[in-house]
Amino acid sequence: MEIGPIWRSMRRNKGGFILIALQIAVTMTIMVNAVAIIQERSVDMARPSGLDEANTFALASVSFVDGIDKKRLIDEDLDLIRRTNGVLSATSTNSFPLRRGGWSEGVSLEPGEGVSDSSTALYFSDEHTVETFALEFMEGENFAPNHVDWVDRERNDWPPVAIVTEALAKDLFPDEDGSYLGKTFYIGNDNPVSIIGVVDRLQAPWPNWAGLERSMLVPQRRDGDFVRYVIRTEPGLRDKLMPQIEEMLATSNPDRIIQSVRTMDDVRKMAYLGEAAMIKLLGFVVALLTAITGLGIVGLASFNVSRRTRQIGIRRALGATRASIIRHFMIENFLVSTVGVTAGAILAVALNILLVEAFALEPMAWYVIPSAMVMLWLVGQVAVAGPAHKASNVTPAIATRSI
Amino acid sequence: MLHYYLKLGALSIRANPALSALMVVAIAIGIGACMTIVTVRHVMSDNPIAHKNDVLYHVQVDSWSPAEPYQDPDKPPEQMTYLDAKALHDAGKAYRQTMSFKTNRVVQPEGDDTRPFQLEARATTSDFFPMFDVPFLYGAPWDRTSDDAEERVTVLSQALNEQLFGGEDSTGRMLTINGEEYRVSGVLAEWTPVPKFYDLNNNPYEAPEALYLPFSLAATNGFSRSGNTSCWKPVADGGFEEFLASECIWIQMWIELSDRSEKDDYLQFLDAYAEEQKALGRFQRPLNNRLNNPAEWLADREVVDDNVNVLLSIAVLFLVVCLLNTIGLLLAKIMRRAKDISLRRALGASRMSLFAQYIIEAGMIGAAGGLLGVGATWLGLRGIESLWSDYDFIQYLVRMDWVMVLLAVALAVMSALAAALYPTWRACNIAPASQLRIQ
Repeated sequence: MEIGPIWRSMRRNKGGFILIALQIAVTMTIMVNAVAIIQERSVDMARPSGLDEANTFALASVSFVDGIDKKRLIDEDLDLIRRTNGVLSATSTNSFPLRRGGWSEGVSLEPGEGVSDSSTALYFSDEHTVETFALEFMEGENFAPNHVDWVDRERNDWPPVAIVTEALAKDLFPDEDGSYLGKTFYIGNDNPVSIIGVVDRLQAPWPNWAGLERSMLVPQRRDGDFVRYVIRTEPGLRDKLMPQIEEMLATSNPDRIIQSVRTMDDVRKMAYLGEAAMIKLLGFVVALLTAITGLGIVGLASFNVSRRTRQIGIRRALGATRASIIRHFMIENFLVSTVGVTAGAILAVALNILLVEAFALEPMAWYVIPSAMVMLWLVGQVAVAGPAHKASNVTPAIATRSI
Repeated sequence: MLHYYLKLGALSIRANPALSALMVVAIAIGIGACMTIVTVRHVMSDNPIAHKNDVLYHVQVDSWSPAEPYQDPDKPPEQMTYLDAKALHDAGKAYRQTMSFKTNRVVQPEGDDTRPFQLEARATTSDFFPMFDVPFLYGAPWDRTSDDAEERVTVLSQALNEQLFGGEDSTGRMLTINGEEYRVSGVLAEWTPVPKFYDLNNNPYEAPEALYLPFSLAATNGFSRSGNTSCWKPVADGGFEEFLASECIWIQMWIELSDRSEKDDYLQFLDAYAEEQKALGRFQRPLNNRLNNPAEWLADREVVDDNVNVLLSIAVLFLVVCLLNTIGLLLAKIMRRAKDISLRRALGASRMSLFAQYIIEAGMIGAAGGLLGVGATWLGLRGIESLWSDYDFIQYLVRMDWVMVLLAVALAVMSALAAALYPTWRACNIAPASQLRIQ
């Protein structure tokens, strides 16, 4: 083919081609890194919380008058909720996954002060929490009713048993390959806790926490001015039951407020607001950038065609076919793109390393680079096709005209 | 001459409307992308109390666990225990001092048809308001004596006063909060420091609290803490009394000095206090007390979201692409007129006059791109606002001030000149008559 002569003719007009190659290189740098970030955020957003999110909602009850028997109020509320038709399960707790606020504690293998061996999110629970949170046991079993007790505010002791996630058990006992049941760890320095159940998945409330998968259920109920109820309904009934239960609780006792009534879908949306926005923003940037670079190539090729009209006419007069004129511009563009995407691959990796170091992003997947190269090659070929076709329409007679 | 070149430029731009538009739009989009992120970053990294940067200090003492630092590398806790905050506050060694924390309260408006509602409140001391230059619409902060007496007094935000009292001067009126009667001592004017420098826990970009009440009252009555509470040592049995005596940190402490030269004295006072505590068996870590002014404290806590910095680096590269695009197109356009140029050079045009002509043409494209770029920035900010529309504080982060508009224009002019320079230089270097041979 004519690669040799085309390459040599390009070298006589370096400036313009270097510019377009550079533009392609920087475009690719941005594209690759934007796509890498989009991928990272999408993976984060797709992590399941463990809950039956589509059929679960939460609300909070705030009592504001002294003298309310809070334990009784919570029991009455839960009783009302559980007796509602369509409610599968309900529990009172301090927090739930994706809520971005909660309670974490250090846990250790040995009692006493010192550096903790791991840390975990705590969910204060009763025997209904497992069903409400839709947890799947890998081994062991749910709390028995006699495990669950109200906290004694004058004493800060911890219940002797807990249900933990597999991630927490693994972090605490990395060498254990059999069963975690009956294993003991310490919380609050020297309170022993024995594992009675291990569940496969229950996220901590903070989506950005490194220990996201580490959490435990503490069989303890807490009465306070502020209490959260998590309610799981039969499939499809959530949206009907949510306002109904809100109204029922609000009227059952006027000395408290019902607030923060949210579906898990809403909670998830708020938890990943930044991620979702970044994905849209970067997607838009990549589209815009590709358009600008594509149009730039179209413009540049048009200029080149009109500048070389005479030369094209001469080639046509000397017997070049229209196809070979088109090929000339396509190959020219392919060569520029090749230089551009090669430089772009290097720049993209460099920027990725910088971003990973500076902002603790995940390193990108290897296949993003070749995909972007192919993509930009295609964009270049599509962009140059129009001007190349125009060039092939130049008549050989042009060659005979002088200036 | 200038007029003539402007006319020539306009003619040349009109000769290729699509490509000229592409160049203008590319510059505008590049500037818009860059300035959108620069503006957001400018707002997020602002120091809203810069005018008192010399005299305000955030106070930290290292009360953390002997086993490990609060945060690597050897940072003292970000908040303070009740024991330490109370002792340092009551010592009164600074010109002003305040300790505060975030709490939730339920306001019960008068009238049967209005339901009680919960809001975020700040338990603080009367010095909070003059220290941070909090503006008052009506009334004034409560007195220091109200702090000591644990009186039920309150200050309302402008929005809350609007909601509860229809915006009237409510000073002296009574308000029921969690079943207790409070006297309104003042109403704030509009006040939204960005970031919320006085309490950077949870979210530095959120509205200030709607309601303020005395710290002493809140602490002794065990008002709920809605900020962060961190403990390295379990709280002893015995209820709330023991919590107050615990090593848990949950209070933000600030001081104001009458002169920055007093900073060393105050540090010495902190060190002496720490030594005293060591003698009592607390503070088992090495001396590590810190006074940070607001600028240092904002930098230390790295309040600007990493996403913004990632976006900024991408936006800058985006502008580079847009500029390369424009340079390439300008160059191609000028080289196509190589014959014109060499003819004019042969007829006696100087390099200088060619330079002037083409830099003016490029400048016109750049100026148009810049102007459009300011518009694109505005659009970009609206885009950011709608992407984050579920986050109601976003409106405070997408505001363009005059500094940003001027910066956008300056960036546009610089970009245009940078884009014009290389093609113009190439044009000037075309040898006279070089292109006139018949091929």
